[in-house]
Amino acid sequence: MNWTALFDIAGAISLLLGALLAFIGAVGLVRLPDLFARMHSATKPQTLGLLLILLGLALTVRTWGAVATLLIVIGAQGLTAPVAAHMLGRAGYRSGTTEEDLLHIDELGEAYRRMQR
Amino acid sequence: MSIILGIAMGLLLAAAGLALTRVALGPTNLDRALCLDVVIVIITGILATQIVRSEDASSLPILVVFSLTGFVGSVSVARFMGRKEDSE
Repeated sequence: MNWTALFDIAGAISLLLGALLAFIGAVGLVRLPDLFARMHSATKPQTLGLLLILLGLALTVRTWGAVATLLIVIGAQGLTAPVAAHMLGRAGYRSGTTEEDLLHIDELGEAYRRMQR
Repeated sequence: MSIILGIAMGLLLAAAGLALTRVALGPTNLDRALCLDVVIVIITGILATQIVRSEDASSLPILVVFSLTGFVGSVSVARFMGRKEDSE
Protein backbone atom coordinates (compact mmCIF):
# COMPACT_ATOMS: atom_id res chain seq x y z
CA MET A 1 0.00 0.00 0.00
CA ASN A 2 1.42 3.40 -0.98
CA TRP A 3 0.71 6.85 0.44
CA THR A 4 -1.61 7.89 -2.37
CA ALA A 5 -4.06 5.06 -1.74
CA LEU A 6 -3.84 5.62 2.01
CA PHE A 7 -4.70 9.32 1.68
CA ASP A 8 -7.56 8.49 -0.69
CA ILE A 9 -9.08 5.99 1.74
CA ALA A 10 -8.65 8.30 4.74
CA GLY A 11 -10.30 11.09 2.75
CA ALA A 12 -13.23 8.89 1.74
CA ILE A 13 -13.77 7.69 5.33
CA SER A 14 -13.72 11.23 6.71
CA LEU A 15 -16.15 12.28 3.96
CA LEU A 16 -18.47 9.45 5.00
CA LEU A 17 -18.29 10.46 8.67
CA GLY A 18 -19.06 14.07 7.75
CA ALA A 19 -22.07 13.01 5.68
CA LEU A 20 -23.27 10.86 8.60
CA LEU A 21 -23.05 13.84 10.96
CA ALA A 22 -24.95 16.04 8.51
CA PHE A 23 -27.65 13.35 8.32
CA ILE A 24 -27.87 13.10 12.12
CA GLY A 25 -28.25 16.88 12.32
CA ALA A 26 -31.06 16.81 9.77
CA VAL A 27 -32.85 14.05 11.72
CA GLY A 28 -32.62 16.28 14.78
CA LEU A 29 -34.17 19.12 12.80
CA VAL A 30 -37.25 17.02 12.11
CA ARG A 31 -37.58 15.39 15.53
CA LEU A 32 -36.78 18.10 18.10
CA PRO A 33 -39.70 20.07 19.52
CA ASP A 34 -38.93 23.80 19.30
CA LEU A 35 -36.64 26.39 17.72
CA PHE A 36 -34.03 26.48 20.49
CA ALA A 37 -33.62 22.71 20.49
CA ARG A 38 -33.45 22.65 16.70
CA MET A 39 -30.71 25.28 16.73
CA HIS A 40 -28.45 22.76 18.51
CA SER A 41 -28.80 20.18 15.78
CA ALA A 42 -28.59 22.87 13.09
CA THR A 43 -25.26 24.29 14.24
CA LYS A 44 -23.08 21.75 15.99
CA PRO A 45 -23.29 18.52 13.95
CA GLN A 46 -23.55 20.50 10.73
CA THR A 47 -20.37 22.48 11.39
CA LEU A 48 -18.37 19.43 12.46
CA GLY A 49 -19.79 17.47 9.52
CA LEU A 50 -18.80 20.15 7.03
CA LEU A 51 -15.34 20.28 8.64
CA LEU A 52 -14.92 16.51 8.16
CA ILE A 53 -16.20 16.67 4.57
CA LEU A 54 -13.73 19.44 3.71
CA LEU A 55 -10.93 17.50 5.46
CA GLY A 56 -11.78 14.53 3.27
CA LEU A 57 -11.75 16.77 0.20
CA ALA A 58 -8.33 18.18 1.16
CA LEU A 59 -6.95 14.64 1.72
CA THR A 60 -8.20 13.56 -1.69
CA VAL A 61 -7.31 16.58 -3.85
CA ARG A 62 -3.87 17.24 -2.19
CA THR A 63 -2.88 20.58 -3.75
CA TRP A 64 -1.93 23.69 -1.75
CA GLY A 65 -4.39 25.82 -3.69
CA ALA A 66 -7.27 23.53 -2.72
CA VAL A 67 -6.15 23.49 0.92
CA ALA A 68 -6.02 27.31 1.00
CA THR A 69 -9.52 27.52 -0.51
CA LEU A 70 -10.87 25.04 2.02
CA LEU A 71 -9.28 26.99 4.89
CA ILE A 72 -11.21 30.05 3.67
CA VAL A 73 -14.41 28.00 3.64
CA ILE A 74 -13.81 26.67 7.16
CA GLY A 75 -12.97 30.15 8.48
CA ALA A 76 -16.04 31.72 6.92
CA GLN A 77 -18.25 28.93 8.27
CA GLY A 78 -16.80 29.30 11.76
CA LEU A 79 -17.46 33.03 11.71
CA THR A 80 -20.92 33.08 10.14
CA ALA A 81 -22.67 30.07 11.72
CA PRO A 82 -22.63 31.51 15.29
CA VAL A 83 -23.80 34.91 14.01
CA ALA A 84 -26.77 33.38 12.20
CA ALA A 85 -27.68 31.18 15.19
CA HIS A 86 -27.44 34.13 17.58
CA MET A 87 -29.68 36.31 15.40
CA LEU A 88 -32.26 33.53 15.04
CA GLY A 89 -32.28 32.76 18.76
CA ARG A 90 -32.69 36.43 19.65
CA ALA A 91 -35.53 36.93 17.17
CA GLY A 92 -37.18 33.70 18.35
CA TYR A 93 -37.09 34.74 22.01
CA ARG A 94 -38.28 38.28 21.40
CA SER A 95 -41.13 37.29 19.12
CA GLY A 96 -42.40 34.92 21.84
CA THR A 97 -43.36 32.18 19.42
CA THR A 98 -41.21 29.53 21.10
CA GLU A 99 -42.71 27.37 23.84
CA GLU A 100 -41.36 28.71 27.12
CA ASP A 101 -42.44 25.69 29.18
CA LEU A 102 -39.81 23.67 27.29
CA LEU A 103 -37.03 25.89 28.70
CA HIS A 104 -35.38 24.52 31.85
CA ILE A 105 -33.52 27.74 32.67
CA ASP A 106 -34.66 31.14 31.40
CA GLU A 107 -31.68 33.38 32.08
CA LEU A 108 -32.71 36.05 29.61
CA GLY A 109 -36.32 36.41 30.74
CA GLU A 110 -35.84 38.52 33.89
CA ALA A 111 -33.51 41.04 32.24
CA TYR A 112 -35.78 41.21 29.23
CA ARG A 113 -38.91 41.92 31.32
CA ARG A 114 -37.01 44.55 33.33
CA MET A 115 -36.05 46.24 30.08
CA GLN A 116 -39.66 46.23 28.88
CA ARG A 117 -40.87 48.21 31.91
CA MET B 1 -13.87 3.90 -2.61
CA SER B 2 -16.69 4.75 -5.00
CA ILE B 3 -19.13 2.77 -2.81
CA ILE B 4 -18.14 4.89 0.21
CA LEU B 5 -18.61 8.07 -1.80
CA GLY B 6 -21.98 6.84 -3.05
CA ILE B 7 -23.15 6.16 0.52
CA ALA B 8 -21.93 9.62 1.59
CA MET B 9 -23.81 11.24 -1.29
CA GLY B 10 -26.98 9.30 -0.40
CA LEU B 11 -26.73 10.37 3.24
CA LEU B 12 -26.30 14.01 2.23
CA LEU B 13 -29.28 13.86 -0.13
CA ALA B 14 -31.41 12.27 2.61
CA ALA B 15 -30.28 15.00 5.02
CA ALA B 16 -31.31 17.67 2.50
CA GLY B 17 -34.70 15.98 2.16
CA LEU B 18 -35.23 15.93 5.93
CA ALA B 19 -34.23 19.59 6.29
CA LEU B 20 -36.63 20.52 3.47
CA THR B 21 -39.36 18.55 5.29
CA ARG B 22 -38.89 20.87 8.27
CA VAL B 23 -38.99 23.86 5.90
CA ALA B 24 -42.38 22.64 4.69
CA LEU B 25 -43.70 21.92 8.22
CA GLY B 26 -42.75 25.29 9.72
CA PRO B 27 -44.24 26.20 12.19
CA THR B 28 -42.66 29.70 12.19
CA ASN B 29 -40.61 31.50 9.57
CA LEU B 30 -37.61 31.40 11.92
CA ASP B 31 -37.61 27.58 11.72
CA ARG B 32 -37.67 27.83 7.96
CA ALA B 33 -34.75 30.27 7.88
CA LEU B 34 -32.74 28.00 10.21
CA CYS B 35 -33.41 24.94 8.07
CA LEU B 36 -32.56 26.72 4.82
CA ASP B 37 -29.24 27.65 6.43
CA VAL B 38 -28.69 23.93 7.05
CA VAL B 39 -29.65 23.16 3.44
CA ILE B 40 -26.92 25.57 2.26
CA VAL B 41 -24.35 23.70 4.37
CA ILE B 42 -25.58 20.35 3.00
CA ILE B 43 -25.32 21.67 -0.58
CA THR B 44 -21.71 22.65 0.17
CA GLY B 45 -21.10 19.07 1.32
CA ILE B 46 -22.76 17.65 -1.81
CA LEU B 47 -20.54 19.82 -4.02
CA ALA B 48 -17.44 18.67 -2.10
CA THR B 49 -18.45 15.02 -2.48
CA GLN B 50 -19.06 15.55 -6.19
CA ILE B 51 -15.56 17.10 -6.55
CA VAL B 52 -14.07 13.98 -4.97
CA ARG B 53 -16.18 11.66 -7.14
CA SER B 54 -15.41 13.39 -10.44
CA GLU B 55 -11.74 14.18 -9.52
CA ASP B 56 -12.20 17.64 -11.05
CA ALA B 57 -11.37 20.48 -8.64
CA SER B 58 -12.52 23.33 -10.89
CA SER B 59 -15.70 23.99 -8.88
CA LEU B 60 -13.87 24.66 -5.60
CA PRO B 61 -14.54 28.46 -5.68
CA ILE B 62 -18.28 27.77 -5.55
CA LEU B 63 -17.74 26.40 -2.03
CA VAL B 64 -16.25 29.73 -0.96
CA VAL B 65 -19.21 31.65 -2.39
CA PHE B 66 -21.71 29.39 -0.57
CA SER B 67 -19.92 29.65 2.76
CA LEU B 68 -19.56 33.44 2.56
CA THR B 69 -23.13 34.27 1.52
CA GLY B 70 -25.18 31.40 2.97
CA PHE B 71 -25.87 33.08 6.29
CA VAL B 72 -27.22 36.33 4.82
CA GLY B 73 -30.68 34.82 4.31
CA SER B 74 -31.29 33.69 7.88
CA VAL B 75 -29.76 36.85 9.36
CA SER B 76 -32.00 39.13 7.30
CA VAL B 77 -35.10 37.07 8.11
CA ALA B 78 -34.23 37.21 11.82
CA ARG B 79 -33.50 40.93 11.63
CA PHE B 80 -36.82 41.88 10.07
CA MET B 81 -39.00 39.56 12.14
CA GLY B 82 -38.90 41.19 15.54
CA ARG B 83 -42.63 41.23 16.26
CA LYS B 84 -44.99 38.39 17.04
CA GLU B 85 -47.50 39.09 14.30
CA ASP B 86 -44.81 38.85 11.62
CA SER B 87 -43.63 35.39 12.51
CA GLU B 88 -46.75 33.31 11.87
